[in-house]
Amino acid sequence: MTDRKQITIAQMEAGQSGRVVNIDSGRGMKRVEAMGLRPGKRVTKISGMFMRGPITIKVGGTQLALGFGMAQKVMVEVAGK
Amino acid sequence: MKILLVGNPNVGKSAFFSRLTGVRVIASNYPGTTVGFTKGFLKIADDAGEIIDVPGTYTLEPTCKAEEVAVEMLGEGDVIINVLDATNLERNLFLTLQLVEKGIPMIIALNMWDDTKHRGISIDAEKLEELLGIPVVPTVAVSGEGMKKVIDRIPEARILPLPGRTHPEMWAEVGRIVEQVQTVVHRHHTWRERLGDASIHPLTGIPIAALVLLASFTIVRFIGEGLIGFVFEPLFEKLWLPLMTDLSDALGGSGFWHDVLVGELINGELDLIESFGMLTTGLFIPFGAVLPYVVAFYLVLGFLEDLGYLPRMAVLLDNLLHRMGIHGYSIIPTLLGMGCNVPGILATRILESKRERFIVATLISIAVPCAALQAMVIGLVGDEGIQYVAIVYGTLIVVWIVIGLILNLIVKGFTPELLIEIPPYRLPPLRIMASKLWMRTIGFLREAIPVLMAGIFVITVLYALNVFDRLANAAKPVVSGLFGLPEDATAAIVIGFLRKDMAIGMLGGLDLTSGQLVVGSVVLAMFFPCIASFVVLGKELGLKGLMGSIIVMLVATLVVGSLLNLIL
Repeated sequence: MTDRKQITIAQMEAGQSGRVVNIDSGRGMKRVEAMGLRPGKRVTKISGMFMRGPITIKVGGTQLALGFGMAQKVMVEVAGK
Repeated sequence: MKILLVGNPNVGKSAFFSRLTGVRVIASNYPGTTVGFTKGFLKIADDAGEIIDVPGTYTLEPTCKAEEVAVEMLGEGDVIINVLDATNLERNLFLTLQLVEKGIPMIIALNMWDDTKHRGISIDAEKLEELLGIPVVPTVAVSGEGMKKVIDRIPEARILPLPGRTHPEMWAEVGRIVEQVQTVVHRHHTWRERLGDASIHPLTGIPIAALVLLASFTIVRFIGEGLIGFVFEPLFEKLWLPLMTDLSDALGGSGFWHDVLVGELINGELDLIESFGMLTTGLFIPFGAVLPYVVAFYLVLGFLEDLGYLPRMAVLLDNLLHRMGIHGYSIIPTLLGMGCNVPGILATRILESKRERFIVATLISIAVPCAALQAMVIGLVGDEGIQYVAIVYGTLIVVWIVIGLILNLIVKGFTPELLIEIPPYRLPPLRIMASKLWMRTIGFLREAIPVLMAGIFVITVLYALNVFDRLANAAKPVVSGLFGLPEDATAAIVIGFLRKDMAIGMLGGLDLTSGQLVVGSVVLAMFFPCIASFVVLGKELGLKGLMGSIIVMLVATLVVGSLLNLIL
């Protein structure tokens, strides 16, 4: 088993995948859940805009774009180096 | 019997509605196309069922105005057709389970069924029906597949006796169901997916966005100018103008009714813009000058909407727009506003906070020129040289950004972060594009012609009564003093309240210098929205919001008009 580490979606690199382990509560975070992003789901980061701009991820059959602040509230477990 | 179409945003409810009822509604490929509800009647059934197209929602706990509309509608339904995006079964079923708890008879349409195949998804619809206990019908609303079956099975709609469950319990249930009915085979990226990723990646996305905008403007101008130059102008000048000249002669060349019908003679001849008669200018402005651009604009906008490009633009622009107190999705109401401010202002319902809605609606009514105004500016100011058109657009863009920055500082409240679903690129279905273009074009003509006709009549009467002279005197300090325009321009500014295209047409008859034309066009674009947008602005923002919006508008117009006058 390879090493695992936990980072936020904001810290992921484009193309990297991981499994959601925790989502902090906060404004708009309930909607995040209803849109299909919740603990246990596998996410792949597609891209992040410059200067803490929105981040696009793929989760299930959907692509979501979410603000940088929201992305910082979602912890994922990824393969460590 | 009231039948509600309910589901997540962008699952094809509007296309579904059109198929069931034959009523045309705007359908696009982005979440939040429908912000109000549309009613229609079932085409085929014996006992007429009323079908209601409800705005899409992810949960039954609304987060924006459009979703509030959706949740309120639920109380009225006798039957729900829950429309699902079959390529997104898991997330869509979460709403299904929430709906079930409402205790309204329901059936399920698994829409976008055709999309599942090339995405490597296979769903056992019969098994799903068995597990859920309510009818499930695979459909493709865009092509009409499965529609008949949906109608046939409406009577089988059932209420499930279920206890109240918590959200985690619902997700667990959804997980169990999906596991049993769906298998996904891994597929390689298609070129559409690759293009989708490229257009949302900063390094490739920004050049693509620039290219899309440039191409859009070029195509709109090419089609608009082409239609005017080769179709509408020749028709009006070769066929219609001689008829009108005969009519003018028959009416004796002058007099009140002559002026109302064909307008004043300019240097002894009729002029399609300057004469200002109901049958000359009143027809030439909507059909000859504006219609070609309206068609061209909505053709291009419709293509981008159905392709699914607009949400990607929202992601790219989010950073800039956040500095203006709004988030990236505001670009969709803004683009719609470039066609007509009314649907633009209505579309602000997809935004979550009141503050954002106020800022976006205010920006649209001040700094976003509608297609009718733009067509006249391109036609009239463009004659002086394309650089003057560029000054008008450049000024409005700067105004849009600066007012946004200022409003961000002074308006209280918060701006939520961007959170949107990015739809896959889809090939725009011709039937939907054509139907949408038709609706919007007819909508423009229906809106424009009566107001233009009435407007011209009123203007002629007011001129005959010398009302404009008195108005012009009163407004002289501002119009001449600050804006450097002749007093006669007051009439045009007043008429701008009725229709902007007509107002610009009036400027055309005043022998203005190029600089004055630019000032006049910008002032008309910014000053008072036309009556239709004014009413909608009031309805959407409330009296207090409307007042605030108007104060911003008056101050901005005075400042920008005076500055432009000083510079030019």
